Amino acid sequence: MKKAGRYIWLSLVLLFLYAPILTLIIFSFNASKTMGNWTGFSLQWYVELFRDSTIMQSLWVTLSIAVLSALIATFIGTLAAIGIHSMKKRARGVVENITYMPMLSSETVIGISMMLLFLFLGFKLGYGTMLIAHITFNLPYVIFSVLPKLRQLPASQYEAAVDLGAKPHYALRKIVLPQIMPGVITGAIFAFTLSIDDFVISYFTSQDVSNLSMTIYSMARRGLSPKINALSTIMFVSVVILLVVVNVRSSRQARKENLVR
Amino acid sequence: MKQRRYAVPYLVWMAMFIVVPLLIVLYYGLTVQGADGSFVFSLENIQKAFTPAYMKVLWRSIWMAGVATILCLLIGYPTAKILASRDFKKGSIVLILIIIPMWMNFLLRTYAWINLLNDNGLIQQILHAVGIQDAKLLYNTGAVIVGLVYNFLPFMILPIYSVMVKIEPHLIEAAEDLGANNRTVFRRVIWPLSMPGVVSGVVMCFMPAVTTFAVSRLLGGSMFMMYGDLIENQFYFMRDWHFGATLSIVMMALVLLSMLFFRRKGAKEGGLLF
Repeated sequence: MKKAGRYIWLSLVLLFLYAPILTLIIFSFNASKTMGNWTGFSLQWYVELFRDSTIMQSLWVTLSIAVLSALIATFIGTLAAIGIHSMKKRARGVVENITYMPMLSSETVIGISMMLLFLFLGFKLGYGTMLIAHITFNLPYVIFSVLPKLRQLPASQYEAAVDLGAKPHYALRKIVLPQIMPGVITGAIFAFTLSIDDFVISYFTSQDVSNLSMTIYSMARRGLSPKINALSTIMFVSVVILLVVVNVRSSRQARKENLVR
Repeated sequence: MKQRRYAVPYLVWMAMFIVVPLLIVLYYGLTVQGADGSFVFSLENIQKAFTPAYMKVLWRSIWMAGVATILCLLIGYPTAKILASRDFKKGSIVLILIIIPMWMNFLLRTYAWINLLNDNGLIQQILHAVGIQDAKLLYNTGAVIVGLVYNFLPFMILPIYSVMVKIEPHLIEAAEDLGANNRTVFRRVIWPLSMPGVVSGVVMCFMPAVTTFAVSRLLGGSMFMMYGDLIENQFYFMRDWHFGATLSIVMMALVLLSMLFFRRKGAKEGGLLF
């Protein structure tokens, strides 16, 4: 009895979470333009999606910004984590609190404050300003993915390498970096997905160039379009594939670590 | 150690793009444009922000985010409890299923609800089939709240789950051995121990919900404003940057105040988020 109740409850929760997504996916294959009215299977919305230059343009913006901002944020953030890790306790506390700030305050306020800065400096709101904004909100997530890995690392290894004559840079590259790599990669993936998902901050920091979220927003305000359904389906499938890849990778890694032990 | 200097580029970056911008918001918020075009210090806009017309929007946002957060808690808590219970084997699979929608673009998630709720949508058709004719499902408070719950429910389930799986089963067994019935065990053992998860879940739902602007615009229609919409309006339509900045300050104060409030509640139990 108790068991049945649990399954019913969980099914209802999952139904709530998936019903909207599944209807989106099903109606992306619909021949008719009106939603909810199934007239037959068709791929025409996918064809139209790829012909829509506005959407394709913003897809390109989204992907290139995600890759660039993730790479730059991972580079600056990993260095920063190494730096923060070697700070004295007091300074570390202050810097960590500053790092929390953008994670905890409202996206709307962060977006507006950056927009005001860019206008203040006379920058044109476009690709460059959006990229800067994305790097900025990605940085904390990279740092907080790398820091725990650094804490697990015994300081003696790095010191031993330096004692044996390695230059600090070399020791860092050969000893520290390989061991914190899982954290660095997690941070990069995190940054990449956050950047793809962002709407609010992009909306305020770019006017000339739209990413996918901004395009969807302006299309959705005008009404429904099955092209968006097709787009959602593609994005949903990519997310699921990405998650499976990441999970397989991490479970393989866990198995490897078990073998070593 | 010289490694500290590796943090320098980051610190310069954060100063440039987080600290300075927030100072600019403060500057704009506390000034108005004088007759000669220069900015003069004034509290005029702060007073304006506290007039009833704008306070009404603030209260509405808090109320709607509050209702959405409570609904998330009512749905999320039992879900997390089931997933964390020891005799439930499929917990990790269901958990992944709950996380997956979170990885989808939040505008698409919101758009999905326009699809479901609109006049030709699936729910409307089901209602027609059972004889309910003219229910208005979209462009009202209910639609916005459904959208908020949908977007933030996983943020409630995850922190509660991660606290609940760590509860020692011995504690529950001990309480049972000492004669507590199920209700007492829940009230005196499980609920207090899960409190840190509840607090961070509430923060992670309430904060983004109270400051959002797109969800209310898409599901609530243009008649319907939350505080985020109000701020966006000042920048994009009214072109009043000074007042927009003032409203941003109010919102930031709201975020900080609720953070302090929850932090004090959470700190006692050793909260998860901070």
